[in-house]
Amino acid sequence: MNRFAFFEFIVAFRFMREGLMQTLLIILGVGLGGGVIIFMSAVLSGLQSNVVRRTLNFQAPIVILPPDQVARPLRAETRAEMAVQVQPRSQQLRSIDQWQKVREQVARTPGVVALTPVVSGPGFAVRGDANKAVTITGIEPETYFDVIALPEKVVAGRHHVGPLDIVIGTELSADLGAGVGDKLRLATASGAAATLTVIGIFDFGNKSVNERSVYIALRSAQNLLDLTGGVTALEVKVLDPFAAETIAEALRAGTDLQVDSWIRTNAQFFTAMAAQIVTNTLIRVFVGLTVALGIASVLVVSVIQKSREIGILRAMGTSRRQVLRVFLIQGGAVGLAGSVLGSLLAWTFLLVWRAVAKNPDGTPMFIIEMEPSLFAIATVGATVVGILAAVAPARRAARLDPVVAIRS
Amino acid sequence: MEHTLRLDGVRKTYGVGTPVETEVLHGIDTALERGEFAALIGPSGSGKSTLLNLIGLLDRPTGGRVYIEGQEAGTLEDADLTRLRGRSVGFVFQHHYLLPEFTALENVMMPILAARGRPDQEMRDSAAALLDRVGLTPWRDKKATDISGGQQQRVAIARSLAMKPALVLADEPTGNLDTKSADSVFDVLRDINETSRTTFLIVTHDPRLAQRCDRIIELVDGRIVSDRRNPSVVRRG
Repeated sequence: MNRFAFFEFIVAFRFMREGLMQTLLIILGVGLGGGVIIFMSAVLSGLQSNVVRRTLNFQAPIVILPPDQVARPLRAETRAEMAVQVQPRSQQLRSIDQWQKVREQVARTPGVVALTPVVSGPGFAVRGDANKAVTITGIEPETYFDVIALPEKVVAGRHHVGPLDIVIGTELSADLGAGVGDKLRLATASGAAATLTVIGIFDFGNKSVNERSVYIALRSAQNLLDLTGGVTALEVKVLDPFAAETIAEALRAGTDLQVDSWIRTNAQFFTAMAAQIVTNTLIRVFVGLTVALGIASVLVVSVIQKSREIGILRAMGTSRRQVLRVFLIQGGAVGLAGSVLGSLLAWTFLLVWRAVAKNPDGTPMFIIEMEPSLFAIATVGATVVGILAAVAPARRAARLDPVVAIRS
Repeated sequence: MEHTLRLDGVRKTYGVGTPVETEVLHGIDTALERGEFAALIGPSGSGKSTLLNLIGLLDRPTGGRVYIEGQEAGTLEDADLTRLRGRSVGFVFQHHYLLPEFTALENVMMPILAARGRPDQEMRDSAAALLDRVGLTPWRDKKATDISGGQQQRVAIARSLAMKPALVLADEPTGNLDTKSADSVFDVLRDINETSRTTFLIVTHDPRLAQRCDRIIELVDGRIVSDRRNPSVVRRG
């Protein structure tokens, strides 16, 4: 008998050891249930964070744009009813008015961790006979990389663009046959053109981005797009991507600018995600309930099996509270042991999943993080569930009349 | 002289408030002095076990009072009753009722462990001494289920003494044993009574054993019909 253990622990563990088969089966049950819950949680959060990461790879959580230009119909001040047909006007490439001031104001907004001005507009990349429509993004390397992780995506060459440099995607590089060190010509509709040297090639894992986007220095883009001194957008990075819409709303209220959060521009994804979370949570809740009921039913049976022993313990001076604790401990221990087993099972499932769920090219379909916190939460959660499940059987045991229990 | 046990008009009615209300004990008055070794006899259904449960604080009377070492039990809360029971009363049942999950030594330690919460060496030593007293030292680390009936009953006796109770209640302690084992178990009880002045109340059907007690209380139909000193017993020492 371990001299450091308490009476209730000693009795609880002996009871469990005597009913070893029963104990092992319920631990296995709890383990399977716990494993499913952990696995589903990991897949869900993995899926979510992967999509988030992929999206936010090449998209800032918040983009601030100049307000849309609207046509203002001129109307005579008459009381007569008028049928007015207003043709929406085409949007020209414009700068954000006084963008430096806006920049300062946005930088002071709580939740904003970085922001960078960009000049973005259409153009053509020309090399020899090849001619491709591209989206030119003029960036300020010092701040841009704080918002968009371009450097991580560069697969060849450098990323720090100078006035005569350009960074292009893998697709465009293939289409134009331009590698690092090659020159290409960038032209815009206005007729401006520049000859730039490819210094880096990126891969965002998205074909259209790799095909369309080119990065050059802010000043070069301003010249090409005829926006000297202006910027077309401010890209903002926030601490919590999921708070982007709230922050965007705050920004919208403070300026007359157009503020788009990635939550709004990817609304469909978020709807799908929400549905995913609801179903996933429901399944996890029901699995959790099943596990709790399993623990409770095994303990109810155990109370009946052990009623004579409980009676003897009571006759020997064991209090009702002590009996109560003996069974609560059993519930908690089953939960804890089950969750450890469940963690191991989930770990195994996740390793198998990693091995099986692959894209045709052998890269993982999406990376599931096996976060220690998830396992810790599961372990604590299962122990608490075990104790809660044991409450009813334990109370029943504590209420047993020693006389009746002994004679049973 | 201080009474280890005193009963004042103790009544017990089962099924109170139902059509089958039956009174099984009709006002029992008796007392046991410290160091007495008494037998409680009577036919089946006379209320012996009911009375024993009331004395052992396993059950509460519907009328009258039970005093253990001068303490009135009726006024106590459940938890205090449990504490008084654990401290003052030891039980030996007809069936040994050892905990099958534990060894002989651990079974003897159990009441002290329940009271103190955590095992220590002193507890172990005193349990070992009790087992030695009932002659079971060689079997002390055997599981309760791996020893003979007589040995199990002796472990149960050792366990009943673990808290050094003033009163030991034995319900047919030899009922399940052959004559030889029964005699040796009885000798152990008698020996403990004489050496430590523990009060014993023994319920028995066996007239032979009753004759070896100092006092014989006879219960018939829920009433004490005779209570006599036993002249045939000559106290040793």
